[in-house]
Amino acid sequence: MKTIEEIHEIRKNKRKELDLRVNTSADTREKHILVCHGTGCTSSKSEKILENFKTIIKEKGIENVRVIKTGCFGLCAKGPIVIIRPEDTFYAMVTPDDCEEIIQTHIVEGKRVERLLCKDIDGSKVNSLDELNFYKKQKRIALKNCGVINPEDIDEYLAFDGYSALEKVLTQMSRDDVIKTISDSGLRGRGGAGFPTGKKWELTKVVEGKQKYVVCNADEGDPGAFMDRSILEGDPHCVLEAMAIAGYAIGANKGYIYVRAEYPIAVKRLKIAIEQARDYGLLGTKIFDRDFDFDIEIRLGAGAFVCGEETALLESIEGKRGQPRLKPPYPAQAGLWGKPTLINNVETYANITKIILNGAEWYSSIGTEKSKGTKVFALGGNVNNIGLVEVPMGTTLREIVFDIGGGLPNNREFKAAQTGGPSGGCIPKEHLDTPIDYESLKEIGSMMGSGGMIIMDDTKCMVNLARFYLEFTVSESCGKCTPCRIGTKRMLEILEKLCAGKGEEEDLEKLEELAKNIQSASVCGLGQCAPNPVISTMKYFREEFEEHAIKKECRTKECKAISKITVDPELCKGCGLCQRNCPVNAIKGEGRDKRVIDQDKCIKCGTCLSSCPFKAIK
Amino acid sequence: MEEKVTLTIDGQEVKVNKNTTVLQAAKQVGIDIPTLCFLKEINAAGDCRMCIVEIEGRRGYSPSCITVAEEGMVVHTNTPAVVDARRTILDLILSNHPQDCLTCIRSGNCELQALANKYNISKIKYEGERIEYEKDDKSPSIVRDTNKCILCRRCISTCKNVQGIGAIDCANRGFESCVSTVGNNSLNDVNCTLCGQCIQACPTGALHEKEEIDDVWKKIKDPDTFVIAQTAPAVRAGLGEEFGYPIGTSVTGKMVTALKRLGFDKVFDTNTGADFTIMEEATEFVKRFKENDNLPMITSCSPGWVRFIEANYPDLLPHLSSCKSPHQMFGAILKSYYAEKENIDPKKMYVVSVMPCVAKKFEKSRPEMEVDGLRDVDAVITTRELARMIKQGNIEFTDLEDSEFDDPMGEATGAGAIFGTTGGVMEAALRTAQDILTGENLEKIDFEAVRGGAGIKRATVNIAGKELKIVAASGLSNARKILDEINSGKADYQFIEIMACPGGCIMGGGQPIKSSKIRSEVDVRELRAKALYTIDEKSTIRKSHENPALKKIYKDYIGEPGGELAEKLLHTEYAERKKYNILD
Amino acid sequence: MEETKCSQEKQLKFLEEKIFNVYKPEKDNLIQILNEVQEHFGYIPKYTQSKLSEFLKMPMAEIYGVITFYSRFTLEPKGKYTISVCLGTACFVKGSQKILDRLKERLKIEAGQTTEDGMFSIDETRCVGACGLAPVFTVNGEVYGKATVQKLDQVLDELEKNI
Repeated sequence: MKTIEEIHEIRKNKRKELDLRVNTSADTREKHILVCHGTGCTSSKSEKILENFKTIIKEKGIENVRVIKTGCFGLCAKGPIVIIRPEDTFYAMVTPDDCEEIIQTHIVEGKRVERLLCKDIDGSKVNSLDELNFYKKQKRIALKNCGVINPEDIDEYLAFDGYSALEKVLTQMSRDDVIKTISDSGLRGRGGAGFPTGKKWELTKVVEGKQKYVVCNADEGDPGAFMDRSILEGDPHCVLEAMAIAGYAIGANKGYIYVRAEYPIAVKRLKIAIEQARDYGLLGTKIFDRDFDFDIEIRLGAGAFVCGEETALLESIEGKRGQPRLKPPYPAQAGLWGKPTLINNVETYANITKIILNGAEWYSSIGTEKSKGTKVFALGGNVNNIGLVEVPMGTTLREIVFDIGGGLPNNREFKAAQTGGPSGGCIPKEHLDTPIDYESLKEIGSMMGSGGMIIMDDTKCMVNLARFYLEFTVSESCGKCTPCRIGTKRMLEILEKLCAGKGEEEDLEKLEELAKNIQSASVCGLGQCAPNPVISTMKYFREEFEEHAIKKECRTKECKAISKITVDPELCKGCGLCQRNCPVNAIKGEGRDKRVIDQDKCIKCGTCLSSCPFKAIK
Repeated sequence: MEEKVTLTIDGQEVKVNKNTTVLQAAKQVGIDIPTLCFLKEINAAGDCRMCIVEIEGRRGYSPSCITVAEEGMVVHTNTPAVVDARRTILDLILSNHPQDCLTCIRSGNCELQALANKYNISKIKYEGERIEYEKDDKSPSIVRDTNKCILCRRCISTCKNVQGIGAIDCANRGFESCVSTVGNNSLNDVNCTLCGQCIQACPTGALHEKEEIDDVWKKIKDPDTFVIAQTAPAVRAGLGEEFGYPIGTSVTGKMVTALKRLGFDKVFDTNTGADFTIMEEATEFVKRFKENDNLPMITSCSPGWVRFIEANYPDLLPHLSSCKSPHQMFGAILKSYYAEKENIDPKKMYVVSVMPCVAKKFEKSRPEMEVDGLRDVDAVITTRELARMIKQGNIEFTDLEDSEFDDPMGEATGAGAIFGTTGGVMEAALRTAQDILTGENLEKIDFEAVRGGAGIKRATVNIAGKELKIVAASGLSNARKILDEINSGKADYQFIEIMACPGGCIMGGGQPIKSSKIRSEVDVRELRAKALYTIDEKSTIRKSHENPALKKIYKDYIGEPGGELAEKLLHTEYAERKKYNILD
Repeated sequence: MEETKCSQEKQLKFLEEKIFNVYKPEKDNLIQILNEVQEHFGYIPKYTQSKLSEFLKMPMAEIYGVITFYSRFTLEPKGKYTISVCLGTACFVKGSQKILDRLKERLKIEAGQTTEDGMFSIDETRCVGACGLAPVFTVNGEVYGKATVQKLDQVLDELEKNI
């Protein structure tokens, strides 16, 4: 247990110590080597990099250098990332073998390791993080501490105003003040549907009940989305603090974080953070000496996308099959174990402390009229700068894809962006200038969703993409209600027929009819939104569906059954590269012969397509 | 005065009590919203989406079975869009259902088939994968054919919530979801009690009795076999329903005629068997009561219940009466006393019990249910199977004259008749027990406290100057409550009646299946029970020990109730049973 | 396969040490307990299910219903090497289907199955969170990023050498 004075003391001292993290001209002789420990970088051995740095520093007896593990820096495509502060040097794609050179050249000799400097899309080397186009249009609120602090050290969190918002709320604000601030900020749920957060808190507060709960939805299930995971990995305390604030506001003393078991790093850091917060008395009883108790428990999910639906999540916390409940009653009225329950997702919580500290006005000055603040997106697919981005609401899709994302690799043409995952839709290039906010996205047939944004180039077949999403929905449908259980399966089967060249024109009508009725008759959001990827692709790319149904053709050749891969003899130079790369020896020819593909053997894996330097294979 | 709300449904204003569902409210103004997964007081989940309606101001459609009526609500049950959605749902269910109505046991009494008719479905619109499931017909009582399951989960709710068993639950996810036992093992090998209440809940042919009709026909046709039918009390209160009679019509006379027409050599009344049971059970009780031996004593005539206690509360087995159930007792007497008296080779005798119950099929196959190598009962058919046989036999049931059960076992008492309803065994036993205890012929024979539909009926009765605490429970979750009371030492009863099926045998798993709609509209239990109490009231003899046939058999053959021969023929024993027989 | 299954004694020992003494016998804890069992044994053995049924006082069918709902829980032991191919959208767009197809072709099993010799299992996963490295597959949790059919072949060749 720490006294309030001790907390204040830690904040002050630690802030001074960590000034170099945020201040390039900090007056210090120290250097901090920050090694990204997000899941992406960890997958490429960043733990070993950290270990190597430590060993080398110890061996060389170097002083005033600290090696720190941090959360995600965002630019995952360049991982593993190492940043050295205060000078803010950005090293990309570092391997454990590079550590020696970085220490020797950068730390000992004071020179940059040129070959490891991050390169921007145009090939120019970037000295510091701020110079990267990737970061220029971003505004980090939810991700503020990610990549800055060590997520496993509560003192570092305290250094950057940690638990000040909770302190402010408990010592200076009434419960109504808190709710009013959140309402006035205009913050809306970042889980996808965009329900006003302040309103949700208010609804839960006004329900009578001795026992209420605060739940954090960290069951980030959209394939291709990792915003919440990065926040939990990079700044777990900001979620804990926000949950405590919510607990105070609605009158709850217990919180649950429902997190995917597939996120072991996030779970581990959350556990550490909860322990540390309890140790400091920031969770527990009489927090900040006020008459307020609050504690948090972790509940692990077990692999069911539908548990991201709030009522299914509650069922799962209760140890049951994650089948959604019928609403009403809403969780605010009858949630966990029938008690009034507030559920927000990770990113929503990650905004709370900043709103409390900086005020509603500050927050609502960012964004558009109806969508305030920022939104974090996991940018992926056929885009150069794959990673995590946080942009003010209202930023256009074009800015995200081309300015931040650095455009598409291989100079391919942009075909569509998919947002909202399996519940969302595809945005074609004519809508590239749509400002990203809840209403605009809905208007063009997609949705904000939790923040997955997948970019697709012109090699992607939209029928196959619709099939992909339906396949996902079918395997993740809980099976409770008929339209979703059987209807999505039948839709998938029709799409499979189309992709296999066995469809008919009337299948398109059937798809539309099923889509309409599944949307209106399903129990929960999963089912109601399941047809969205089909509806939106049919809306913008109908001619591709018709090609599949009537002509049995796939213009992208993604649908193997109705496409052949052939070598254009005009263009083939007989280099044999395709042949060497073919995994099934389907390519015939010797020496400088023009190559020919044996269609019986070809598995249409497409390896040859990407290996041909002359674009002779189509 | 209950609070009222007013809403508009399809343009009609309707005033209903607060907490009424839209489905119920619609019914009040004559609107019949179709349902599938809804089953009154058992399942209301809004899963199947058949009952969806449009409510102004609400997004999407709302399931009327669980949407509570609110003041000022405007509901549309039949807009083109709703009908279209409903038809799509039906199309989808049918796309995942075998199209074999012609050969289905539930043809003509299938809720899905009825809806397909109602919506004029003339072709299967969507084709696609159907998962093929293996049929489970290992148990002697219940066949589970998951292929026909539409996942309404009415069976699950019945098994889990009404019976408190949970032998089946929903397994897997999405399109692969199915109703399953643990590991999809046979019902025979898991905690299922074989009570068959799931069959009563099933809207389709996914759950049904294991038929024995063919075996019975074969024996009837065999000139060397002497085939005897005996019919349980509840059968006569249900059979008529299969031929269009109102629920609660007693069709004893026609039933007997039909059985004779079918070719049974003799038709006897299991009610007489019930009278034997009372003689034995009352005698056993009086003895145990006097000696304070393993009290409370619990009845043992419901085989689902016996299977339940054997698997779940083996420590309490000593409390169970050692009496066999009436049809087993009767079978044993037929193959001993009757065979001897009529000079029939008991080995050539084939006793068919017509029962409202599927667990009786299991009971008759228990190894201990035999005397000197002769099975007490050879076949058990349910009320439904009898109705099917009558139809197969080209018998116009409604045109039949009444006839009487065969002598010499024909006449039974009113006490035997009420065995078919919850509280009836208790009442019948008390009528005899009080006479035994006082040595008098008492006039008080109605024990109102144990009548009625409540799941648990506790009473204190004064018998022969002694206070007797009794309780009658029906439905296995109620049984569990009583057993837990015993285990926790809270129970101070001397006599307990338990029946596995809620309401007793009249609501047994072998009785005619009533659709969800009918179950919403009328109290089936009450109507059927009334039929039995009417039989009792009209009976000249209403105490088992006064049954003249029975008296004669005790005098001529068995000797004393509870005596040596009675023990051999009419009593049995129980043993702990593995709850799950699935671990290697 | 048989040798990879664990004995009832082992199961009971684990349950007594790590479950019955740690968790309250409440239904709410089922998923947490199953997560631990899955983690420890690599699957959820039948005997353990029956013991949990007694401990939590709930029918086995209900426990089975929960196990089969969540894709993390399995009823059969996994192979020595579990190869999971990410089918998250980022990986899908970058061609993970080809990796999966190749894997199925080489091992001659479908996703969710284990080879007869008990060496390999194939899993489809939905986003392991390494979208920056898409497409990815993992072998017993270790991530192989920027995967190609060739890279997969190399990894499989290497693993098969160790058998």
